[in-house]
Amino acid sequence: MRLSCPLCGSRDRREFYYYGSDDYLNRPAPEAAPEAWDHYLHLRDNPAGVTKDLWYHELGCAQWLLVTRNTVTHEVLAAELVADRKGAVR
Amino acid sequence: MRVDGKGLIDRTKPVRFTFDGRAYGGYRGDTLASALLANDVTLMARSFKYHRPRGVLTAGSEEPNALVEIIGATNQTPNVRATVQEVFEGLAARSQNRWPSLKYDGMAINDLLSPFFSAGFYYKTFMWPRAFWEKLYEPLIRRAAGLGSLSGRHDEGLYEKAYAFCDLLVIGSGPAGLMAALTAARSGADVILAEEEARLGGRVLADDIMVGGKPGADWVAEVQAELAGLPNVRIMRRTTVVGVYDHGTYGALERVGLHQPARANLPRECFWRIVAKRAILASGALERGIAFPMNDRPGIMMAGALRTYLNIYGVAPGKRITLFANNDGARVTARALIAAGVPVAAIVDSRPDAPMEDGTLVHAGARVIDTKGRLALRQITVLKGAEQIEIETDALGVSGGWNPTLHLTCHMNGRPRWSDDLAAFVPQDGAVPGMIAAGAANGTFSTHGCLAAGHASAAMALSDMDMRPAVIAVPMAEDAPYRLSALWTVEGKGRAWLDLGNDVTTKDVGLSAQENFSSVEHMKRYTTQGMAPDQGKSSNVAALAVLANATGRSIPETGTTTYRPPYVPVSIAALGAGGRAMGFAPQRFLTSDQASRDRGAPMIEAGLWYRPSYFPKPGDATWRDSCDREVMMVRQTVGVADVSTLGKIDIQGADAARFLDFVYCNTFSTLPVGKVRYGLMLREDGFVLDDGTTARLGDTRYLMTTTTAAAGLVMRHLDFVHQAFCADWNVRIISVTEGWAQFAVAGPQARMLVNSFLEAPVYLPFMGVAPVRVGGVDGRLFRISFSGEEGYEIAVPTRYGEALFRDLVARAETMGGGPYGMEALNVLRIEKGFITHAEIHGRVTAFDIGMDKMISAKKDCIGKASAMRPGLVGPEREQLVGLKVGGETAMVAGAHLFAQGDAIKRETSQGCVTSVCWSPTLQMWLGMAFLKNGRARHGNKLRLVDHMRDVDLVVEVCDPVFHDPSGEKLRA
Repeated sequence: MRLSCPLCGSRDRREFYYYGSDDYLNRPAPEAAPEAWDHYLHLRDNPAGVTKDLWYHELGCAQWLLVTRNTVTHEVLAAELVADRKGAVR
Repeated sequence: MRVDGKGLIDRTKPVRFTFDGRAYGGYRGDTLASALLANDVTLMARSFKYHRPRGVLTAGSEEPNALVEIIGATNQTPNVRATVQEVFEGLAARSQNRWPSLKYDGMAINDLLSPFFSAGFYYKTFMWPRAFWEKLYEPLIRRAAGLGSLSGRHDEGLYEKAYAFCDLLVIGSGPAGLMAALTAARSGADVILAEEEARLGGRVLADDIMVGGKPGADWVAEVQAELAGLPNVRIMRRTTVVGVYDHGTYGALERVGLHQPARANLPRECFWRIVAKRAILASGALERGIAFPMNDRPGIMMAGALRTYLNIYGVAPGKRITLFANNDGARVTARALIAAGVPVAAIVDSRPDAPMEDGTLVHAGARVIDTKGRLALRQITVLKGAEQIEIETDALGVSGGWNPTLHLTCHMNGRPRWSDDLAAFVPQDGAVPGMIAAGAANGTFSTHGCLAAGHASAAMALSDMDMRPAVIAVPMAEDAPYRLSALWTVEGKGRAWLDLGNDVTTKDVGLSAQENFSSVEHMKRYTTQGMAPDQGKSSNVAALAVLANATGRSIPETGTTTYRPPYVPVSIAALGAGGRAMGFAPQRFLTSDQASRDRGAPMIEAGLWYRPSYFPKPGDATWRDSCDREVMMVRQTVGVADVSTLGKIDIQGADAARFLDFVYCNTFSTLPVGKVRYGLMLREDGFVLDDGTTARLGDTRYLMTTTTAAAGLVMRHLDFVHQAFCADWNVRIISVTEGWAQFAVAGPQARMLVNSFLEAPVYLPFMGVAPVRVGGVDGRLFRISFSGEEGYEIAVPTRYGEALFRDLVARAETMGGGPYGMEALNVLRIEKGFITHAEIHGRVTAFDIGMDKMISAKKDCIGKASAMRPGLVGPEREQLVGLKVGGETAMVAGAHLFAQGDAIKRETSQGCVTSVCWSPTLQMWLGMAFLKNGRARHGNKLRLVDHMRDVDLVVEVCDPVFHDPSGEKLRA
């Protein structure tokens, strides 16, 4: 498997650390209801098809990537820097 | 028998080799199989189950029969295919799966008992009594099973792994592969041409075909010379592409040194990971047999393999050859043999309308129904109409047609498509993104067709990559149609073999269907069809046909089993190249490593680091003596320890303080410059992630330390928090762990020792940090303690670490101190009640370790929302406590705690012990533990039980800080 890092180009997946769903980017407000936190921390979809998840280019540029890929066809549709996306600002 | 004037072997380079201890001669360019055939050795192996005598069936990596052991100076490799192993001077090969010898094999008794050993024999036979399975049946079966043997020693051979990248990977170098490579090469693409065999050319050489009006070997040589001269082409011979993976990644195994005498630094094999933008699969086709009765005798082989032995190796596998086929291919073999002067007794052609052949007897509409000859083929019986004809022959070439070698197209879940015209499976277009099958691999069986397909597929791949394909005239070559009338089995007395590797017969497949194991995947597992080292390359499709017939379905309805990597067996040594023994994991050494080893310190692994365990002195009987002495040394004078393994992260920027407030549960923005603070970091789910001290070096600059174990984890976490939640903050984070060597100096005389080597003495209050100069070098001095004594840590750039360590230890020794190791460091911190990852093991909260008050109420932080949720605080939580017990009785970590009087079982466990030590300071055993509602139970007596180590004693619960609870020594 290969991922295209926006900074480093096409790289073998051994260079990356896999974290999980992009749900981790949507941190609830501190005072949000426990249900919101429960959902954020624990509840995940398991899609057959397009999914978005987080990969860390640990053996490269140390950037977190938001990768869009298809779990059925294994196609990687997009990879963008987590830091570049809208909402990366507090 | 060698045939004069034929073959591509180098007759000027004779080599000597041995098989089963006997010496033979061959030539450079021979395989073990061809050289043995040249010496009239046709018996090469015993079969897996029935120990039947077997010869060679094929001339390639698909060989199911002729598996041998290769004995090297440091290696013994079982199950090597004699058709792949090239001979070299001194090669030693040995037959396997026989006792006492290949000719007289005691286990051949199995063959006589074969009526009992049909499919499912084990399942049906070894059922009762139940207890016998584990004690009797399984050990017996295991002893009888298996092919080949291992030396029982480590494989000391050198293996390599490597990566390669290209525009176009061409797999196979027959007519299609060579044309594809040539087209891409002339178009300027970066090309890798991978060929499994030692020679390029594939069936152009094996069939001695005319290409472009010249002998095929000349055409191949010309193309090869051109390709080899181009800078944009890499030719990888002896390299089998074994697997296809996502996004253009291909696994390939190169036989680097297996074909020549071992030499220092010459790898045996190299496992390649090739990344290609596009690939062309030109892997050709594999000939398949016909399951006629007693079709497994030495001397019976594929008709195409006969041609290969003749045209490439100059060998005739017999003196009077017969052919049995359902297609025209056998005639090509007959003509080649006759032209080379080898007598052909007859062609048995199953097609009633089979054409006649000049100068050769053809039995049209006939079948081979029996064979004779115990160790070698002697005679075949042919049934033609009602007439039985017996023919004396010592070699029979069989062709049941060809199966495209489409395995790689199925590695990403693709399924092949059945072609009625070819009576074979062909690849589905687009089964692997970016890979195009061409030539025989795609069901094109004429030479001209393959040449044209190679050119066209390369042009397609190049256009896909926006490259302009060079126009090349496709050379003229034979373009004969492929005429075949499917024939899978021949009825008759005696067993008709499908899978020679696992001894599976047509009857076994029929029995499987009869017993309702009629799905192809069930049949495979019930009969073991296709599960031998060759993975059924020459038999799976025929077995499918038999199953289809037995179940009344068509072949496409029956389907295929799954094709999985690897295409050929890959040694684990090649996959794990470099990973044996100490190569298994990287080793990280401290700058003080040599100095510690010089003092005889045993090293202990801490993650990838190696740290000194203790520093033995004459008179120390055990490690405990050394450890106790080092602890008392720190408590009474001064000790020096290397603490460089702790993670160090430099955090800078206008928002650095704000960032630390967000990742730590306590506050760092209020920390004055020049001060250090203990910090606790939580995971977002409220559990403790890590702890450590962070120093404020300037207004906008902090230096964080992490535990040794979590250095990488914390770095990843900080990057995530920054990039995901506050990417716009002005903060930059970088690991500087390797940049600094850092030493702890601890004990009542620590200050005196520190001031003795600083260029200018400094006074540092407890938890202070200051820049210092040491021997002309800029360093940093921290006043922090992990021992409970007055403590300092001095950091200098890594390259000065060893010199400083040696100097510090020498100075300490003049003061009655010295170095201390990990054991003493651990005792010192337990005495003081400091936690490590033995305590913050991922299941404890800030509340559990009594640090919930550190979570600032004034700000948000990672983990704050979850840390106080129900279930993570309260009396039901197991809380950190100390344990003590008088006398010499040892507590053990991992033991569970029980209320006195309670039954000792899982449900009544009150908690468990995480760290223990003998405290030389307090002269008693101390422990740290997590205990339900523990902070309210100080003073209670509990039972500590460890059934594994037979420990059961009464301990007292107490505060976890045993030594200097008020911290006077620390702040002195």
